[in-house]
This record gives sequence, C-alpha cells and structure tokens, in this order.
Amino acid sequence: MPAQIPASLFQQDSETRPYWEGLAQSELRIQRCDACSRAVFYPRSICPHCHADQLSWIVASGRGTIYSYTVAHQAFGMFADETPFIVAIIELEEGVRMMSRIIDAPRERVAIGLPVQVTFETVGENITLPYFRLLS
Amino acid sequence: MGSSARAAIVGVAESDLGRTPGKTVLQLQHQAARAALDDAGFTFEDVDALFCAGNWAWSPNLMLAEYLGIRPRYTDTTNIGGSSFEAHIGHAVAGIEAGLFEVALIAYGSTQRSDRSRNRGGHTFRLTEQFEPAYGLPTPVGAYALAAMRHMFEYGTTSEQLAEVAVATRKWAMLNEKAFMRDPITIEDVLNSRWIAEPLHLLDCCLVTDGGGAVVVASAERARHARKPPVWIIGHGEAHTHNSITNMPDLATHQAAMLSGRAAFAMAGLTPADIDVVEIYDSFTITVLLTLEALGFCERGEGGAFVSGQRTAPGGPFPMNTNGGGLSYCHPGMYGIFLLIEATRQLRGECGPRQVEGARTALAHGTGGVLSSAATVLLGKD
Repeated sequence: MPAQIPASLFQQDSETRPYWEGLAQSELRIQRCDACSRAVFYPRSICPHCHADQLSWIVASGRGTIYSYTVAHQAFGMFADETPFIVAIIELEEGVRMMSRIIDAPRERVAIGLPVQVTFETVGENITLPYFRLLS
Repeated sequence: MGSSARAAIVGVAESDLGRTPGKTVLQLQHQAARAALDDAGFTFEDVDALFCAGNWAWSPNLMLAEYLGIRPRYTDTTNIGGSSFEAHIGHAVAGIEAGLFEVALIAYGSTQRSDRSRNRGGHTFRLTEQFEPAYGLPTPVGAYALAAMRHMFEYGTTSEQLAEVAVATRKWAMLNEKAFMRDPITIEDVLNSRWIAEPLHLLDCCLVTDGGGAVVVASAERARHARKPPVWIIGHGEAHTHNSITNMPDLATHQAAMLSGRAAFAMAGLTPADIDVVEIYDSFTITVLLTLEALGFCERGEGGAFVSGQRTAPGGPFPMNTNGGGLSYCHPGMYGIFLLIEATRQLRGECGPRQVEGARTALAHGTGGVLSSAATVLLGKD
C-alpha cells in the first residue's frame, strides 16, 4: 500500500492549484501554449518552448507510455516501508513527461515503451495523485 | 602546455576524510584551506576572492569568510551541486582575467556522514518541486537509475559494464591510502550487492562520507611565485539543462556535459585524445558512462564498451578516477573539489603508487544535481 502523505507537505500555489483540483475530480490537467500549441507540464506562466506567456489548461487523455522506470528497493522517510515500488517517467500522448508510479503490475511485465493509462489514487486527506497502470 | 594561460591552480588539499565526528564544516574547511595555502606557499592574507558552495548556512560565503577572518573583494557562492567547484574554477579564471582579484580560495566541507543528514526528508513540496517527491523516488540515486534504465534500453548497456567502472575505481583506491574503501571487489560482487534502485546496485553508488577540500587559484603572475610549479587552467566550460529528472531533455544523453566539454576543449585547443589523465564525477557508475560519451571520449551509446575489460583501471590504457573516486575514496555530498585536487596532484607527479607516468594534461569534470549541471576543467603543465 502506498504511504499516506500528509496534506501539509503539499504547498500548492495559484499556478498549480488547477492541476491539484483537477486530480480531485479525476482529471489530469496540463497546459497548452496558445502561441506554439505545444503541451506544457508542470504548470507555469511561461512556455518553456517558445517563451510566450499565454497558456491554457487542457485535460490530458491520461494515456501515455513508459519513458523510463526504476524499482526502488530503498526509500526514505514515509516511503521506507513501501519498497519495492516502481517509479516511472511517463510520456503522455500530448507530448509531456511526468513522474508517477506504476501500480498493480508485476515487476517482470514492466518495460520501457509500454502503454499505460492514468488512475487516480487517494494517498492522504484531500490528496489525489495520478498513478498509472499498464494497458493490457 | 599552458604558457598562455592567465591563471593556475597553485595549492590543493583535503581535510580529514571519511568519518570526522566532532568536527564542524567550518573546521574542515579551515583545515583544508590552511593546507592548500601552505601547499601554495601562500597565507590567508593573500586570499582576495572566496568561492564556496554548501547548504549549511543561508550564505555560506558570509559565514566562512567571517570565521576565517578574511574580507574577500570578490565572492561567488554558485551552487549547482557537485560540479560547483569546476564552475568556480571557470569563474575564478574570468575574474582574474578581468583584473578583479589575484588569489582565489575555493573551499568545501561536509559532515553528512556524521550528521546522518542525507535523506532526512520532511521537506515540503513547493514551487516546481510539487510534482515528484510524492512518488517516493529515492534521490538522487533513483534519478540516476532512471537514466541508467533508459541508457540500457537505447544502447543495450549492461549491469556488467556499469560494474566495470566500480571495480576499476576500487583498484585505484587500493593505491590511495586516504581512500575509504580499499578491499578488492569483482564484477560479481557488484552484481551481487543489494539493489538500491534498479538497475543500480549498492556498489554502483558513491560513498557517503564526511570531508572537505580546498583549491587555491592564482593569476599567472602570482602563480610564478608559488612554492610549486603552476598547474595551468587551459580550458573550462559549464552548462545546466534541468533541475528535476523528469525534465532532463534526454535521459540517455548528458547534454550539460556535452556543452561544458565542448567549451573547455575549444578554449584549450585540445581534443579528448590529447588528455593524459581523466577525473570524472562518479556519483554512480552510470554517471561515468554518460560523461565519457558526452565529452567525446567515445561515441554516444558506447560508454559500456569503452570501460569494459578494465580499461580504466591502473595499468590500463585510459587512467580514470585515479584517487579511487566518489565510489571508493570519499564522497562528502558535493565531490567536485576532489576531482580538481587529484588532477592537480597527477600533473605535479605527487601521486606515488597511483601516479600516471608522464601526465601533462588532465581533465576534471563535475556533474551536479540529477545530471542537471556540468562543468569541465582542463589543466596542463609547462
């Protein structure tokens, strides 16, 4: 079972609040640059690709592929007792990458390039995180 | 090599290394600084610029200068992780060339082993760092594991190839009485050591030790009056590409090192084939492979083959990490200063049983953060 994470650790701000509020509603929200149309994650006030300053929120499909992953056999603090667990960088089909967990998958089946689908998991009071499952 | 250089390393020293219970970071830096200035034949009165990096004070330079009783007219607290000190070298050369100061002290100290301060956790998730820590990735090792996994996927790099680096580096440590880990290890030992974060085993990871170091950089004129022959700074470069591992442009390519290396070699008018001894930040075995490829010692994806057959071990064709590296000699959190110390000693011929005979050029390359930053320094002697 994933650790329960105290909500007090999350310091949302005006720029990131729509992302966190989206997760609570089972929506994976990312941004798209109004000027160059490229997707942007994490949320910010400048497009890191073309440096325009107008970005809009979109809801990602939640589908992506595993760009890389590791199996953590040693972890720290509140995660120490959870090992082994799989942390991955997911490439969303919109073109951005985000860190997440791969859950409900035998370690032997996890590989770079496999398609995955988001799942929303409650990990603490009022805290929902986007985890991913293998698309079978 | 270096007659046209504007600045040189004239003094280097470590403090006590390994376990230093009862010592503070200030004591360790004082100890290293005094020894490095002695090595140069200089005193604290000669120092007019201070460079340091650390997270033990809100402004480490203010605290350290006050503690040492020096009033620098130039100060630089650039902190880009373990490569900070290679960046400091570049900044010191630029400041000397601009006539802003003549003698720079670069210092580092850490008591992370005695403090058990690594990964204490409990930091809040804020600003751009709201999007990773909730997943529990052990850092920095987990980030390097993600890079290693991607490198294996793209290029077929193997755990055995990564282990080659750990084994060769241990052989160098066995020749260095200051090294923390001096028992021989085999590739099987590395592969049989416990997983930390797949595909990295315990022996793919650097040590956690205490320790400090100092480097004295002087203008060409002042360097000619130092106690030992100058080790000329003939090229330097730096770059950073990301903060968090998710935002690394390509996990199988150390782009920051490509940029810093290219700049340093261009400045020196040298190519990788011209370098006699190589000191590369080895936070993890994968760090070395990525860096060798990025600096052009081999082609992209060929790092594993390059280090195979113990080519980097003592007596091999590519002497690398000759002090035993962060993997086996010491690693007090930000290791970069020790790369400069060893490269300087190799060019001076001070390395005893581990001396690379006839070394006239050396490379010291720092990598910081999670493959985030890089700084390359090329050194030469007359």
